[in-house]
Amino acid sequence: MLKYTEDHEWLRAEGDEIIVGITRHASEQLGDVVFIELPEEGREVEAGEEIVVIESVKAASDITAPVAGVITAVNGDLADNPGNVNEDPMAAWFFRIKPAEDGVLDGFMDEAAYNDLIG
Amino acid sequence: MTEELRRTGLYGLHLEHGARMVPFAGWEMPVQFKTGVMAEHLHTRAHAGLFDVSHMGQVLVHPRDGKPETAALALERLIPAAVLGLPEGRQRYGLFTNDQGGILDDLMFANRGDHYLLVVNAACAEQDIAHLQTLEDVDIRPVTDRGLIALQGPEAADVLARLVPAAAGMRFMDSRAFDWQGTELWISRSGYTGEDGFEISVPDDRLTEFARALLAHPEVAPIGLGARDSLRLEAGMPLYGHDMDETVTPSEAGLAWSIQKTRRGGGEREGGFPGAARILAELESGPARTRRGLRPESRAPIREGVDIFAGESGGDVIGTVSSGGFGPSVGGPIAMARLDPDIPDGATVYAELRGKRMAVAVTALPFVTPSYKR
Repeated sequence: MLKYTEDHEWLRAEGDEIIVGITRHASEQLGDVVFIELPEEGREVEAGEEIVVIESVKAASDITAPVAGVITAVNGDLADNPGNVNEDPMAAWFFRIKPAEDGVLDGFMDEAAYNDLIG
Repeated sequence: MTEELRRTGLYGLHLEHGARMVPFAGWEMPVQFKTGVMAEHLHTRAHAGLFDVSHMGQVLVHPRDGKPETAALALERLIPAAVLGLPEGRQRYGLFTNDQGGILDDLMFANRGDHYLLVVNAACAEQDIAHLQTLEDVDIRPVTDRGLIALQGPEAADVLARLVPAAAGMRFMDSRAFDWQGTELWISRSGYTGEDGFEISVPDDRLTEFARALLAHPEVAPIGLGARDSLRLEAGMPLYGHDMDETVTPSEAGLAWSIQKTRRGGGEREGGFPGAARILAELESGPARTRRGLRPESRAPIREGVDIFAGESGGDVIGTVSSGGFGPSVGGPIAMARLDPDIPDGATVYAELRGKRMAVAVTALPFVTPSYKR
């Protein structure tokens, strides 16, 4: 099941990991993405820590870690094809994170709540 | 206090085309349309883009004694370029300077026979008009009943010729009046994209109709301010308030070429404009820094405000990015900064981005070759 953050990230649980990307709404707001800097695999991060840089034709923005944990994988394909974030944001995942605690997804919005947020 | 944003005559048309509107220099302007900045940029380079530049100031300068040279000489008291000697029907680029030799604004001026037409930046228009009104011998008449459309790109001339056949005969920087279905258009063959194209002043009461007539052709798409910025950046053109301002001289801004020989040391009408002492001295000796191109080696854009260093660590800041972003036609990040002119093209300098030094090549400008019809 998909969950969403107020920073327009989508979160998908897979096993004991969470896959993180950004929503179509976010990708449309950013405009054409031209560069993405991903965190190192194995890095331990705090919730709210800025760990991804996204540069669009308009501006630079950050993606934060939705929860505390360890980065277990990053989508290296995005470095060469940053435009994938615009073409198919639900498939263009950024990183996988293994949360430090269980049950952390419960506090995030479901799709209905997220759709209310973006109106 | 929040000031009410002004809307151009094309506001409704922008919304029809799905524009995302943003505040810009006191106006509500389209930053992009549905397809986005990248597609709009590439469309303009391949076909033709329609830009609403109605926010820019259009100003007529009439000589009180009816003699065109009176207006030319009056303008030369504020502008270092040669105004006198510009033939009727021609346009030239110029600057307003201040007593310190800094740049107050950049502008286009055109000789329209018995008077001059000036086009100035939106953000500076009010100040420019007040500045012009200090001149004696001329009447300053801001144009308040016309919008301005830029049609830019390799197919612009073909499209415009279908509406205004006579305009096809214009050369780069020609500026003339043409009839379109009983309405007078003021057209110049110029622009801010590095492409062939036109800037067309249209009376407000037919502005939307004229824009629709252009957009009816499949070659033409509406283009927002986002792509206008990336197009001018690739074309190596400076943007007022970013690549130059009241603290930057013409030589530092890389605009020494806009000061013709007659206004320089030893010229027929040497000096006589604000800041002449410093500006003329700098034309002789060369500035300590001047505007250069930058090409980052990585794909990460370096934007306005990013500091440039000579080495990979330590050292002093040798310049700061004044404009930068992604160049869709270049296919990578590009930027401009004022740097020591002795640094050779191709030299590597370093941009400090998020605490890391990134290698950047110093390059000549522009980043893309212009295709003007000279």
